[in-house]
Amino acid sequence: MSALLFEGADWSFDTIQRIHDRVEEIALGELKLDVYPNQIEVITAEQMLDAYASSGMPIYYGHWSFGKRFAQHEGHYRKGFSDLAYELVINSSPCISYVMEGNTALMQTLVIAHAAFGHNHFFKNNQLFKEWTDATGILDYLQFAKAYIAQCEETYGERAVERLLDAAHALMSHGVHRSPRRRKTDFKTEQARAKERREYDERVYNELWQTLPAGAPKVVTRTPQERLADLLELPQENILYFLEKTAPKLAPWQRELLRIVRLLGQYFHPQRQTKVMNEGTATYVHYKIMSRLHETGSISDGAYLEFLTSHTNVVFQPEFDDRRFSSINPYALGFAMMTDIERICVAPTPEDHEWFPQLAGCNDPVEALKDVWANYRDESFISQYLSPRVMRDWRMFHLVDDPAEPTLRVEAIHDERGYRRVRRAFAREYDIGHTDPQIEVVSVDLEGDRRLILQHSVRQGRLLAGRDTSEVLGYLADLWGYPVLLREVDEHGNGLREHTSEPRERRS
Amino acid sequence: MYVIDRRLNPSGKSLPNRQRFLRRAGKILREAVRNVSSSRPIRDVAEGGVVIIPARGIDEPSFHTGSDGLHSRVLPGNKEFLEGDRIARPSGQGSGKGKGSGSQSGSGGGGEDDFKVALSAEEFLTLFLEDLELPDLERRKLSLTDSTGMRRAGYTRGGSPANLALTRTMRNALSRRMALKRPKPEEMARLREALAEAEARGDGTESDLLRVELAALELRTRSIPYIDPIDIRYRRFEPSPRPIAQAVMFCIMDVSGSMTEHMKDIAKRFFMLLYVFLERRYNQVEIVFIRHTDEAKEVDEKTFFESRETGGTRVSSALLEASRILDERYPVADWNIYIAQASDGDNETGDHERVTALMRDALLPQCQYYAYLEVDEPHNDTPRSSLWKTYDNLQPGPSMRRVTTRQEIYPVFRDLFRRKSEALETTSR
Repeated sequence: MSALLFEGADWSFDTIQRIHDRVEEIALGELKLDVYPNQIEVITAEQMLDAYASSGMPIYYGHWSFGKRFAQHEGHYRKGFSDLAYELVINSSPCISYVMEGNTALMQTLVIAHAAFGHNHFFKNNQLFKEWTDATGILDYLQFAKAYIAQCEETYGERAVERLLDAAHALMSHGVHRSPRRRKTDFKTEQARAKERREYDERVYNELWQTLPAGAPKVVTRTPQERLADLLELPQENILYFLEKTAPKLAPWQRELLRIVRLLGQYFHPQRQTKVMNEGTATYVHYKIMSRLHETGSISDGAYLEFLTSHTNVVFQPEFDDRRFSSINPYALGFAMMTDIERICVAPTPEDHEWFPQLAGCNDPVEALKDVWANYRDESFISQYLSPRVMRDWRMFHLVDDPAEPTLRVEAIHDERGYRRVRRAFAREYDIGHTDPQIEVVSVDLEGDRRLILQHSVRQGRLLAGRDTSEVLGYLADLWGYPVLLREVDEHGNGLREHTSEPRERRS
Repeated sequence: MYVIDRRLNPSGKSLPNRQRFLRRAGKILREAVRNVSSSRPIRDVAEGGVVIIPARGIDEPSFHTGSDGLHSRVLPGNKEFLEGDRIARPSGQGSGKGKGSGSQSGSGGGGEDDFKVALSAEEFLTLFLEDLELPDLERRKLSLTDSTGMRRAGYTRGGSPANLALTRTMRNALSRRMALKRPKPEEMARLREALAEAEARGDGTESDLLRVELAALELRTRSIPYIDPIDIRYRRFEPSPRPIAQAVMFCIMDVSGSMTEHMKDIAKRFFMLLYVFLERRYNQVEIVFIRHTDEAKEVDEKTFFESRETGGTRVSSALLEASRILDERYPVADWNIYIAQASDGDNETGDHERVTALMRDALLPQCQYYAYLEVDEPHNDTPRSSLWKTYDNLQPGPSMRRVTTRQEIYPVFRDLFRRKSEALETTSR
């Protein structure tokens, strides 16, 4: 049908344009994908390492931990322990895909199909991303954050800013409102709001006001505890948010820094919950597109073989007793499940009719998958779509390590009795509500020493790791300005362990 | 769709963050650098390289669960397990344990592993010397030590045959020959061939013509010489003042039985620092190792630090050896001379006269700096040694310090140099 897009391994910017146009034809015309405009940037290995170090973003504020990450990746890369990724893609509009200069023409094709269309479609359509991230504003916001933090460093000193960022980073995993859902953040108004807050703080500050007499006491109808809880929105799982709003001793710029870290953490929040889906989507899409390219004569047999080799490596899943095994490969799992959905749609077995009555034989895999891509995250995707067939192919089994028992126990395997249980247990592993410790601010001792009281709801005896916890708690106390107490409480409300910490000036 | 070429963007975007990181990890990194450097030979001390620091020192903590409690995991690749099977816990780090929980949070990264940092030579040295505020004045003094040397300065028409600039001469000759159209040898050969051919054919007019042409060319060749005296050029030299860019460092150490490993280690560190210090300032630094008991010998570095000798202690033997090597190989005019001596201070009675004489007449006047380091076991509060007293009587004498523990080396080194520069300052006023 069409002539070869390229021959050999070399490529030029013309080639990339041609490849993109052809891939776009297939992606939009045949797969009916819906994507942000694409921007493809060619970068060097060093620039890829730079991008790694700053969470894949083109701009980021300065902090030593990014330098550490750079040193780490660079060390591995130089030693040859790890290859660099062929691509990196940013959830923004336009959607920026980085491609390495060293890639062959075939790899560039694969990368464009994978990132510029697979990931891109997912970013634009998945419900979580729509709710939690603002793709059009992120780059501007990063620019603002970088400038703001640099300005703070100049005004208040690098040390002070570093201390605050250290503390904020330590609490980053607890800087998201998991439920109820937050309204979408808009990074443009964020910037305006930050400015406004700063100006307001400067404007209203007046020593005189400190001496005003208090008004007449209001009629109290609720208990002080209830009133406090209402006032401070307790219990509060978003610790960074709580500190930003209520920590008594923080300066306005410190609150703003907490907010920046919190909002960026929130931006990455959906990615953590959609690893399998995100990579599965991109892998499925690139597989479809590359096969189509080969069928229509746009790439040669040799190039297609090169693609297959690379694709096979990407979706390789070692078994649990393999030396190479470390965890489930999200590319492999996502791709396996999505190709299986396609199979169920097109060639269902009686088992599929029983398990997936709405899908089986519907003959429109693209629509079915687009619905999946739009509405699910890893946990719900697995709990609904992991089919017995995939569990059998992967020979999955559920292993339980209960410290009360002398041995490990095989709880369920890939058989009639086990499918649902394996699937349920597997899905839970992807539920960050389950895997992340659930820690909430529950109270503040306003009448005593202003101690902040937090509670960790321990599940299945999984206590917090001691040393890290006391360090994080130290940071937390620094931000709060008064002592903090963290109680670990089990399902029945029994206290298991307590950690306390004092702010730095009192600790030393 | 846009394609943007970012490859030309300025590189080193991560550099500021790298510096923040190095500063943050400063203390542990400095320690690591010093540990690494103590195991290296003196000359390689200042090279960069990979240092390993414990990840704990630079970790980023977060709330996460530990290995307590119940863990469950779904794994691929079941071979023989059935529901309800019991499996012995794998020893060590269990594959089912501690993984699937908090480690996904992304921060933390490296876990408990050691962290490797590749440092450039510059970074390595900065860390190594960080708390050594090497005096500026010393540097000024170093640059004052000038000598004159000859410097190439173009070409001249006259000169000694030894300085004939052959290439330049031949180039001039070639361009002159080309400009004057001196016939090329190939051309002459071709003509002669044609002439011979014509003669063989018996073509009279042709051979006459050729003969005339050939004669003209031969005349031209003779009148335009291959090399003319006007082509000849000589290399020109010019005397110029030149700072001495080389230094020699004498390491003198007492290796008699009374010197313990501990004392030698202290001495080595001191020598190392001096070497690094000198290397930063001179193009080339040579090291001479002299060890002595009751007789002195120049040895290589390995022997110097590692082998052990028995015998008495006669310091003058080493000083004599140093003075001999100095005269033989390192004339004062060309070399900056630094001498560092480490000893436990013992010396043969009766040797002091000779030591004093050698120091006063031969060594001290010649060298830039003479550092004497008296090493001892920690907490050993012996009175002033005999050698110390001898040196103390010299005016001016060497810089002297007494060191008993490793930690003292850096402050003492700094102190030695600062003291000297301050002294210089006062005398120069």
